[in-house]
Amino acid sequence: MTALIESTAAIEAALKPRRYGSWYVAEHRLRGMRSYYKTLVFTSIGSPFMYLFALGVGLATLVDKNSGLGSTSYLVFVAPALIASAAVTAAVEECTYPIVMGFKWNPIFLGINAAPISGNQIVNGIFIAVLARLFPTTLIYYAVMLIFGAVPSPLGVLDIPIAILIGMAFGLVIASYMATVEQDVGQPAFIQRFIVTPLFLFSGTFFPLSQMPVFLQWIGWISPLWHGTELGRVVSYGAVEPGWLTLGHVLYPLALCIYGWRRTQVVVTRRLDK
Amino acid sequence: MWNIVSTPVIAASLLTKKYKDFAAVDGISFEVEPGESFGLLGPNGAGKSTTMRMVGAVSTRTSGSLDILGLDPNQHGPEIRSQLGVVPQQDNLDMELRVRDNLIVYGRYFGMGLSACAAKADELLEFAQLSDRKKSKVDDLSGGMKRRLTIARSLMNDPKVLLLDEPTTGLDPQARHILWDRLFRLKEQGTTLVLTTHYMDEAEQLCDRLVVVDKGTIMAEGAPADLIRTYSTREVLELRFGSDNNAQVAEQVTGIGDRIEVLPDRILIYSNDGDADLDRIIAKGFTPITSLVRRSSLEDVFLRLTGRSLIE
Repeated sequence: MTALIESTAAIEAALKPRRYGSWYVAEHRLRGMRSYYKTLVFTSIGSPFMYLFALGVGLATLVDKNSGLGSTSYLVFVAPALIASAAVTAAVEECTYPIVMGFKWNPIFLGINAAPISGNQIVNGIFIAVLARLFPTTLIYYAVMLIFGAVPSPLGVLDIPIAILIGMAFGLVIASYMATVEQDVGQPAFIQRFIVTPLFLFSGTFFPLSQMPVFLQWIGWISPLWHGTELGRVVSYGAVEPGWLTLGHVLYPLALCIYGWRRTQVVVTRRLDK
Repeated sequence: MWNIVSTPVIAASLLTKKYKDFAAVDGISFEVEPGESFGLLGPNGAGKSTTMRMVGAVSTRTSGSLDILGLDPNQHGPEIRSQLGVVPQQDNLDMELRVRDNLIVYGRYFGMGLSACAAKADELLEFAQLSDRKKSKVDDLSGGMKRRLTIARSLMNDPKVLLLDEPTTGLDPQARHILWDRLFRLKEQGTTLVLTTHYMDEAEQLCDRLVVVDKGTIMAEGAPADLIRTYSTREVLELRFGSDNNAQVAEQVTGIGDRIEVLPDRILIYSNDGDADLDRIIAKGFTPITSLVRRSSLEDVFLRLTGRSLIE
């Protein structure tokens, strides 16, 4: 009978953690981010001013004379790419270090899992926290874009959810890889230098993908950043492209998100159950 | 009418965990009663931590049965974990958070409200003698303080069972004694303690009952004093004749005491009267460099059962 009382108490006590566990993990991560919030605020405000001024105003003085973009200014052309890139940078940051840390450097995942929280909930919580960081980051970016006059169409406000989608697509896939890393030999830096940076440069960010040799254009097609950038241009200034392509720009990053999310859950759960 | 009988809080039967072909835990069976303080004593790699992870409902068993608080961890992991406190071998406090926030965040994982978490955190910081460090960064704490903070964290949910994996490994003697004192208080309050250790003095201090584990199996089970009585003599005479001579002298003093163990650096003579046996050895013309008569400990039990020393 005592066993019955105890098991009933246990079942009751696990109701809230089972239901809200993901949110508790997100709350934990957001408290963790507070330890570097000054950097976050500074970069969120500083970086859009820097990039938009350097590229959209500075570089544009050369480009606009000979851009082949018709009536669209270079500032307007490059802004949707920059906001998506900012989201990617932030998401990759939150999907590399915290994941390796949680298992290795400061294995808090093991501590969380010892409480009534599952591996899936840990993953959900981390991704909710990434979303929570991307929202203000892109919102501020968009506000600065408005200040620069970089968004002719009112539909441009959709640049915010598009950038968040692209950031998540990048981040979640990278997280699914980072979760498998047992020995840290500098993978986060490698990802930043040899995956994120090249994709940033060659995803139709600064010039249309069609300007690249055909045999390099696949870089853009697999890069969620290219899809986000193209989509951003459609909503920002009404760039013209076939409807099926626009649909693809939405579906492809969405598919990456779902793949990255589920895959990370599987890997994390397996790794916790040793 | 039902009778209220005390059912075990943990019941393991032929519990096994295999990694490919290697059995880290190889068919162990034990029960832990409510309020009991139960220990797993064994050397590093004996399978103690793996057992603890299975009992902690985070590691799936390969075979055997396991019942914790009347529930099977395969189906009810979160339910079981809601009733446990866990102190892992390696501290996993969050270095990004301050001392008090570590407790608050952890309480949330059990569904506690923020104000309940804050009140409980302050109470436990008091218990862990860390009230004056609540705003500190975790990194600035000493090893003993981190350990006490981890114990405080494990108590946020008022656990029915507290699992401690090597709680004092790596701590200096003073820090160990402070920790033992805190654990003893919990035991007095009726918390069920399950701990692993490779320190025999820790096992003797804290455990009502223990199992001696080696290579994934249980070698013996009982209260520390009973184990010593069963597997060892009352006293042990430790003699050193220099590492080159120990084995040779041991051969020539056979017959003295119940049993003789030759270790690389010394001879152990298991005896019921160490002083008398020492006199006999000296009378035979052997003069040890050092001699010591002490009471038998769990270390001797382990040596007897496995032929190996506990700390290698």
